[in-house]
Amino acid sequence: MTVAIVGAAECDLGVTGLSVLGLQTQAVTRALADAGLSLRDVDGIATTGVARFSATSLAEHLGLQPAWTDSTFAGGSAFEMFVARAAQAIDAGQCHTVVISFASNQRSARSRSLGGAYEPHTPEAQLEQPYGPLYPASHYAMAAGQYLHKYAATREDLAEVAIAAREWALLNPAAFRHGAGPLTVDDVLNAPMISTPLTAADCCLVTDGGGAVVLTSLERARDLPKPPITVLGYGESTTNSSMSAVDDLTVTGAVASGAAAFARAGLTPADVDVAQVYDSFTITVLLTLEALGFCGPGEAGGVVRDRTLPLNTSGGGLSYCHPGQYGVLLLVEAVRQLRGECGARQVSGAEVALAHGTGGILSTHATVLLGVDR
Amino acid sequence: MSIPEPDEMTQVYWDATRERRLLLQHCDACGHTQHPPRTLCTYCGETDALSHREAAGTGVVDACTVVMRSPSPDHEAPYVVARVRLPEGVVLISNVETDEPHAIAIGDAVRLAWRPLDDGRALPVFHPDHQEN
Ligand SMILES: [Zn+2]
Repeated sequence: MTVAIVGAAECDLGVTGLSVLGLQTQAVTRALADAGLSLRDVDGIATTGVARFSATSLAEHLGLQPAWTDSTFAGGSAFEMFVARAAQAIDAGQCHTVVISFASNQRSARSRSLGGAYEPHTPEAQLEQPYGPLYPASHYAMAAGQYLHKYAATREDLAEVAIAAREWALLNPAAFRHGAGPLTVDDVLNAPMISTPLTAADCCLVTDGGGAVVLTSLERARDLPKPPITVLGYGESTTNSSMSAVDDLTVTGAVASGAAAFARAGLTPADVDVAQVYDSFTITVLLTLEALGFCGPGEAGGVVRDRTLPLNTSGGGLSYCHPGQYGVLLLVEAVRQLRGECGARQVSGAEVALAHGTGGILSTHATVLLGVDR
Repeated sequence: MSIPEPDEMTQVYWDATRERRLLLQHCDACGHTQHPPRTLCTYCGETDALSHREAAGTGVVDACTVVMRSPSPDHEAPYVVARVRLPEGVVLISNVETDEPHAIAIGDAVRLAWRPLDDGRALPVFHPDHQEN
């Protein structure tokens, strides 16, 4: 593997009142500055959520005519997928410097709706939307219901994921809930119920925000100012579009994406020092930890309760920032942890980081393993 | 409630709801049953051997959630959204209609019922099957 992440940055987070392209420009220019590179160096762009032609729109806005783009729409997992594709494009020589970015102003623009955005020509619009599921919340709620039933787990096990995320957010000045104080089990259980068994506190934030990472060859990365963070492995799996297709909601595509990433890297979950795992909902974390092999089926509640694995150290989508597609910020935090830039929340001596994105309704899963350059 | 017009794949399914019959697509080449209806069998790939068969009308709750905040005026919370597993081997998203939504649980037996739509079609929904409890 010969590709590294050399720059990482957030755009403004929270409630910004800014446009998507304005926030995108912040993310891209800050990440390039972090990398010691300029816009002129960029010949590859991967982004989503800008417009129907996402990378095309962003490229024009930045005044670029890139040799390589990717606008794959795969919800929050798109950015971990982009790392794989960018690494392959750089390895193959199609381009040399790729920026992966995302930004949303969904909180300022009040563009998020409970029912989601069913497209009328899809089978789901005819056969699932008429029953009034919240999209995506009701799918995760049904997965949570199956999980609690199958393993005799409790709502307290789910709540602990949100409580642990809040603990990290209290250490991260950029977190939306940084000043909100600790979260308790009662806070989570007594929050307004959205779709049983998930309350509002089991659901991620709805904020503006985004970020960007810059990738180039490891050879070139070694000449840049920040220590290179190497791409050690990646894998992905796409499992379903509808709520009815998957046989068992407690077994996700992270099984396949994680196995592929660990095999490619020659690592196991025991080698991971810090994990950034998509937390659209509390249940997402439990399902993903088990699928990735950090513990056995039904055991993730214990992993979270024991705080043995440094997990979602930014505060996660639950307490830090969730701009609708959160995956790029998993990469930003993983890079900062491996560089040792995380201040009060720094995991000491972190050398291997995992970032796992989940998109849609447990639809798309992508795992990336990153490491310090040795 | 307005549901998109059927397309060539779902026409037979929706037409049958006018007679309160729930049809599932069947592959006459390999015996696979699938839902939603498609123009190929996802098991064997056959495109010319698809027919429809009427479902027995029984099912079991595979997963469920009580929606507490309705996404649209078409639904009044609280109501149950469920994955219903049919004996024919497919899972449908549906509602379990009941006065006690929080009492519905995984493993509950349910029976097919119909919710009429303004255009003459009907939505297949389910009721708790108390006879089997
Ligand atoms: Zn077949």
